[in-house]
Amino acid sequence: MRLIKVSIFILLLTSLPLHAALEIKITQGIGNAMPIAIAPFVVSGSGKPPQVVDEIIKADLKRSGRFKPMESSEFPQQDVTAESMRLRLWREKGIDYLVVGSVREEAPGFYKVKFQLFDSGGVKQLAGYTIPADKASLRMAAHQASDLIYEAILGIRGAFNTRVAYITSGQRGGKKRYVMQIADSDGYNSRTILNSPKPLMSPAWSPDNKKIAFVSFEGNRSGVYVQDVLTGQRVKVSARKGINGAPSWSPDGSRLAVTLSNNGNPDIYVIDLGSKKASRLTRDSAIDTEPVWMPDGQSLIFTSDRSGKPQLYKVSASGGSAQRVTYEGDYNSAPTVSADGKKVAMVSGERGKFRIAVLDMTSGETRVLTDGRLDESPSFAPNGSMIIYATKEGGRSVLAAVSEDGSVRQTLTLKGGEVQEPDWSGFLN
Amino acid sequence: MLRIMSVLIVSLFILTACGKKKTGPDDGTQQPGAGSVTTPGADRGPAAVSMDPFEDPANPLSKRIIYFDYDSSQVHSEDIPTVNAHAKYLSENTGAKVRLEGHADERGSREYNVALSERRALSVQRLMSFQGMRANQAEAVSYGEERPVEFGHNEAAWSQNRRVEIIYESK
Repeated sequence: MRLIKVSIFILLLTSLPLHAALEIKITQGIGNAMPIAIAPFVVSGSGKPPQVVDEIIKADLKRSGRFKPMESSEFPQQDVTAESMRLRLWREKGIDYLVVGSVREEAPGFYKVKFQLFDSGGVKQLAGYTIPADKASLRMAAHQASDLIYEAILGIRGAFNTRVAYITSGQRGGKKRYVMQIADSDGYNSRTILNSPKPLMSPAWSPDNKKIAFVSFEGNRSGVYVQDVLTGQRVKVSARKGINGAPSWSPDGSRLAVTLSNNGNPDIYVIDLGSKKASRLTRDSAIDTEPVWMPDGQSLIFTSDRSGKPQLYKVSASGGSAQRVTYEGDYNSAPTVSADGKKVAMVSGERGKFRIAVLDMTSGETRVLTDGRLDESPSFAPNGSMIIYATKEGGRSVLAAVSEDGSVRQTLTLKGGEVQEPDWSGFLN
Repeated sequence: MLRIMSVLIVSLFILTACGKKKTGPDDGTQQPGAGSVTTPGADRGPAAVSMDPFEDPANPLSKRIIYFDYDSSQVHSEDIPTVNAHAKYLSENTGAKVRLEGHADERGSREYNVALSERRALSVQRLMSFQGMRANQAEAVSYGEERPVEFGHNEAAWSQNRRVEIIYESK
């Protein structure tokens, strides 16, 4: 039986289209995006490498909304290198930063990606790195370069070398299918993790980015599972009577906070993945669900309607009384916490419109970031700079991303399908 | 597949029409084991053809979807007779089992909607147990907004999705 299951899994992986890439469209960038030029990287070795590294870096920086990459047709110098560059020419063209680089094939299929970042205002190298890669990891090396360039200029770590997990649903041969996929955060390299005729929900990356916890309705009721992304091996974490939902990994990856209702009504529990023991965190007769850990692992934020309608509350990881956290708006749910623990993004409902809002835990201020009617499932990028979420466009479910100050916006659409419930991974390296 | 279905339907027909002890209203047939359709001329004249009560639109047992108001898990008063009819059937047929599948419309967050739809299913379950259904005869399963029947983004669609479906696993 197991052999059959494994063969079916492999068959599914190979037979489904692997290029169901998410198409990203920038809908808004900041007005004072920094002019940058990424010169074509010098290529040496046998033939062309499978990726154009400078194009990937250019797309990454443009997608952040904070940079305005110059078109190569406007370059004051063609085929520029660190040796041949004359920064004054670039400065005169209004460029603040110049990136030059090379992709050198050291052995068949093995490359060294080298780049140098210059500030056009002085003869200063801001950053210079060499990144080794093979054919399969060349895109990743480009994203790593983007992260380093972003950090050298903005002082915050970049989040280009990251992945997104999401659920797509659509018709296949007249039947509804639910598919859990992962992709690079630029929409490339999408891969199916699980394909099911029954609903899949709430994908959650483990802190080491190697596993995904999720909810599946196979077996005609909800269950929480953990699947290894590489091996496909799956473990059932909870399939108790009633609801098994909303898995959230503890920062050390050893526990999952979940929602269970087998004791009468939905409450927050913490399941130790080693011992499988569940300890109860909330005892309220209201709905308590959607737990998410604070980065120090000491407490959790969750949704509760104990005051009548859903609001966010905070409870210690060892249980006890919960304190209310949100006071603005009549509906606040689906919390996601930034990696520094300072911000909580959520679904905020007001007079029938559901939008993404961010609460600053230090100042107590809430800001609404989106203007949809049916926005849901927010997830922070690991550097806290962007929030990915699900929304409706033209009646279809698509993903969107907004910067944490609301100034940068993108949509991510999936051809021929509905896409929902995104979860942003951590830093891959 | 079709053949199995027809056999099943015919068996159901026969089963419901005879053999079971019913203290409810007489459905018209009095011939155990003979099925519910009479051959013309074979008896004293045409006898009433009884319908499967679960398919008979005049019978509350044929109604198996309960709808709810936004953000509410309260069963409307006009649906109480339907819920009671199912509860009565279950209390009189202790081998029968139902799944109460709760659903919500798409607004708001998904996991909260799973919990909300469970409240709806449990609401129906509670009413049925007050009327004599046993605890082991029902299981509440909640799908939240994951299995809509209508795909529009307006109240007409949402109102159809806020529902509990009463699904008989065995009768």
